[in-house]
Formats: sequence, structure tokens, C-alpha cells
Amino acid sequence: MIKNLKKPVKQPTISRVDPIVSVEDVTMVFNIANERLNSLKEYLLKLVTRQLFYREFKALSNVSLNVQKGDTFAIVGVNGSGKSTLLKIIAGVLEPTNGRVRINGRIAPLIELGAGFDFDLTARENIYLNGALLGYSRAFIDENFNEIVSFAEMEEFLELPMKNYSSGMVARVAFAVATVMVPDLLIVDEALSVGDMFFQEKCMDRINTLIDKHGTTLLFVSHSIEQVERLCKQAIWLEQGVVKMSGSAEEVCEAYSKSQ
Amino acid sequence: MDTINDRLRNDWFILSSLVSKDFKLKYRRSILGVVWSVLNPFLMMIVMAAVFSFFSRGDTATQPFPVYLILGTTLFSLMSSATSSGASSIIAAASMIKKIRINKMIFPLAKVVFELVNFILSLVAVVIVMALFQVWPTIYLLYLPLLLFYVTLFCAGLSLLLSALAVFFADIIYLWGVILTAWTYATPLFYSSSILPQLMIDIMKFNPMYHYVTYFRSITMCGIQADIASLMHCYINQELWLPAWQPPGLIENLVCLGIAAITFLAGYLVFRATQKRFILFV
Repeated sequence: MIKNLKKPVKQPTISRVDPIVSVEDVTMVFNIANERLNSLKEYLLKLVTRQLFYREFKALSNVSLNVQKGDTFAIVGVNGSGKSTLLKIIAGVLEPTNGRVRINGRIAPLIELGAGFDFDLTARENIYLNGALLGYSRAFIDENFNEIVSFAEMEEFLELPMKNYSSGMVARVAFAVATVMVPDLLIVDEALSVGDMFFQEKCMDRINTLIDKHGTTLLFVSHSIEQVERLCKQAIWLEQGVVKMSGSAEEVCEAYSKSQ
Repeated sequence: MDTINDRLRNDWFILSSLVSKDFKLKYRRSILGVVWSVLNPFLMMIVMAAVFSFFSRGDTATQPFPVYLILGTTLFSLMSSATSSGASSIIAAASMIKKIRINKMIFPLAKVVFELVNFILSLVAVVIVMALFQVWPTIYLLYLPLLLFYVTLFCAGLSLLLSALAVFFADIIYLWGVILTAWTYATPLFYSSSILPQLMIDIMKFNPMYHYVTYFRSITMCGIQADIASLMHCYINQELWLPAWQPPGLIENLVCLGIAAITFLAGYLVFRATQKRFILFV
């Protein structure tokens, strides 16, 4: 498995001093309309009568963090503390209201597995589609197709529309596509809570291999303190969009557990 | 970080993957499959030719009406399908936009490319109809890629504009359906502009589709004049002699390009200015 891992053809060079992820003073504000306006007419009416009010919701305020190359970094916090928002900003899906995010390297976002899967297409077609969305070239997918298929253990079902797959099988395909490349940064957002125990172990092995053998940096979000302690060395604790604590995973996890 | 070239290549790979996905899904359940892309405009033309042979349609009697008809309707349906599916493309791709970092312009542009490929397939039907009515291609048919470039640019601009606005006001999608219907009748697809009063002909100059449809007909039916039967008909009815189709000149090319470029620029700028907020609304 290990020797089969291939780097994509063009790999950006990373200087050693720069952190792989640098989040500087990031604030994210959502405008929540007091009522949902669905039509132009409603909008104009409200605009004219000056009834257009927004409630501001700060999902993140002045969050800063640096992740060095090779770190294993966890983000902990209760639901609604801003973990997913932060990950989405780092992955480039969301644009922060204020502040700056810099990424040095290739990201494999396992935020929501299988984005862009179309369940009417076969697994083979979906592997290409999902690979394209993850930034792979067609040649790269061709080259690594067999490895993806064998990791996901679905050789017999390749030509079957994915609507006939179980959710565990879908997750396997998605995980296999997302990790076939050796990323500089792997972002994992509780994506591993699907699939059976056996497959979860296999995913964990793969993540460990990437970290240990390839120096991949890990950014991990989980509710499970045991998983965080097992995987990560550094951690940050978010509460209501503010960094409450940051430091070694052990200390942060201890403090976080006590507060529960 | 990736170079611009790499990013463009990847965007193109995503776009072509989306287009081929649309094709696979469109015909997945049908037996004839992609043949429908040819059959559909052909059958539509037969229906319309049958219906409109009972209505007054102006000077189209001097030329093979089915050819006149299919040229107009296929090009118009390229525009109407591309813009109507383009308009809802961002909303339809909400799940992807929320989850992955992606150049969002790909979605409306993929719809336009899909309809363009579909149009090119439907040209087979056009060729069949031309052969049936013995309209032989001339050298001016070489203008076709130029026309397709104009129309694609025009549709891309409209799709970018509509898809961006539809994120904030979903009503746009329904409104656009009505506008397309009105536009279909406001464009001389199954009648000739010569039956219109002078005022309408002047207004017609502001209809971009009028220019594109006329361009398409003029390069395809270049030099076509009446056949014997129509000649007799003209003679008996003392109708004025109608000039044959002329190939498009420089002015007509500039007009077509100008409309396309302005539309594209407007769509592109609106899309670029609003795309960061899509994720908060879809």
C-alpha cells in the first residue's frame, strides 16, 4: 500500500519556515435575515419601507492559528462553536469577512465526503467526476484508478449506479478518491464516522501512514476526545467562535473534558 | 500554489466532466439515446412546418420553408435551453458549492457547453432537411464557427447573469421562462420579418436573436432564390421580387460580435461581484 502511494505530477514546493496553514485574525459574520425573503417583490417592498433588518451572527471572532508542517492539529468544541466554519474557511469554501488565510500546499479536504457524487452515475463515472472536483488530472486518475478501486473494495460493483450503494460503500469510494494523492494537508471533519468498524480502521491506518511516512499535516475535527488524543499533538479549543485555549492536545483535551 | 495554467486545465476537466455527466443522465433511460438530439429538432420541424403551412408567414414562400424553419428553431432553442438551464445551475449545484472549493463559473458555463454540443448534434437534422429540399452548402457555411462563437458568448453572458441573480431571487427562473416564450414569438422563426409593419422591423434590430438567426440563415441559404413554383406564385400575385440571401458583411459581423461581447462582459462582472456571497444564500 505504502509504496503504491503516488504524488501528483506537479507538487508545489513548500519552504520550511512558512507554516502550512496560517489563519490570521479571521472573523466570520453571517447576516441572518429576520425573515426569509424569497422574491424580488418582497425584497423591494421591504427595502422601500425600510423593514429590511438583518441580525448579525458572529460565527468566528478574531481567530488566529498556525499549523506547522508535519503537525497533527485538532480543533475541539461543542456543536455550534465554529469548528466547521473554520474548516470551511481553511479549505477555501467560505470567504472570511475579515482576516486572512494562507495555505502552502495541496489540501485533501475530507470535510464532507463525496461532494459532487451523482447517484445516477456509476461508481466508475463518479470516481472521475469526484477526482476532477478534487483537482486531479484525468491522467492522474487513470494511473491510480485500480488503487482507488482496490482500496474501496468494490471491484464487482464498478458499473452499478451509486444509488444502489449503501452509505458505507459510498463513503469508502469517497475516502479512497480523496486520499489516493499524498496531500500536504489533510482536513478531516468527522468524516470517518461512517462505514463499518473494519473500514474505519482501514481509514485510520491510511491517515497514520500519510502522517508517519509522508509527513502529511493533519487538521482534525472531532467530538471524540479519545480520537483526538490518539491522533493529535496540538489542539485548539473553540467556544462560541472564540479561541478559548490552544496548546498541546493533552492539556486542551483535559481542560475541555472538565468543562463538559 | 498552482499556476493559472494548471487551474484552467483543471477547470476545463471539471467542466467537461460535468458536460459528459449531463449527457449520460439525459439519455440514460431512453432506448434511442443520443439519437434524440437529432430526432427531436427534426420532428419538431415537421410539426411546425405542418402547423404553419396554414398560416400566413410572409415571403418564406420563395424559399424552402422547412429549411427556413429548422435553421431558426434549432439556433433559438440553443439559446433558450442554454440560458434556462444555466439560470438554475448555481442553485442546482448548491451541495457542491457548499462543500468544495471550486470556480463557480464552471456551472453555468457547463450548461452552455452542453447545449452547444447538443446543437452541433442537431445540425445532422439540419443537414438532412437541407438535402431533402436540395439546399446545397456554399463556401459561406465556413462562417458557422464564427456564428457559434458569437452565440456561445452571448448565451454564456446571459447564463452567468441569470444564475447569479437567481441565487438571490429565485423568481428570476420563472420570469425567464415567460420572457423566453415571448422572445420566441418576437423573433422571426416561423414567419418572415417582411410581414411586420415598419415599426416592428425597426424594433427587431434590437433583438439579438434576430441578428443571430438571420446570420445563420444567410450563411446556409446563401444565394437561394425561388424555385419555379414559387416564381409562378410571385408572378401571378404581382409580388415584389425578393432578393436572395446575402452572406453577412463586416457590419453584421461586428453587430453580432458586439452584442455577444457586451452581454458576456455584463454577465461576467455581475457574477464576479456576487459569487462570494452565493454560499450564504444557496
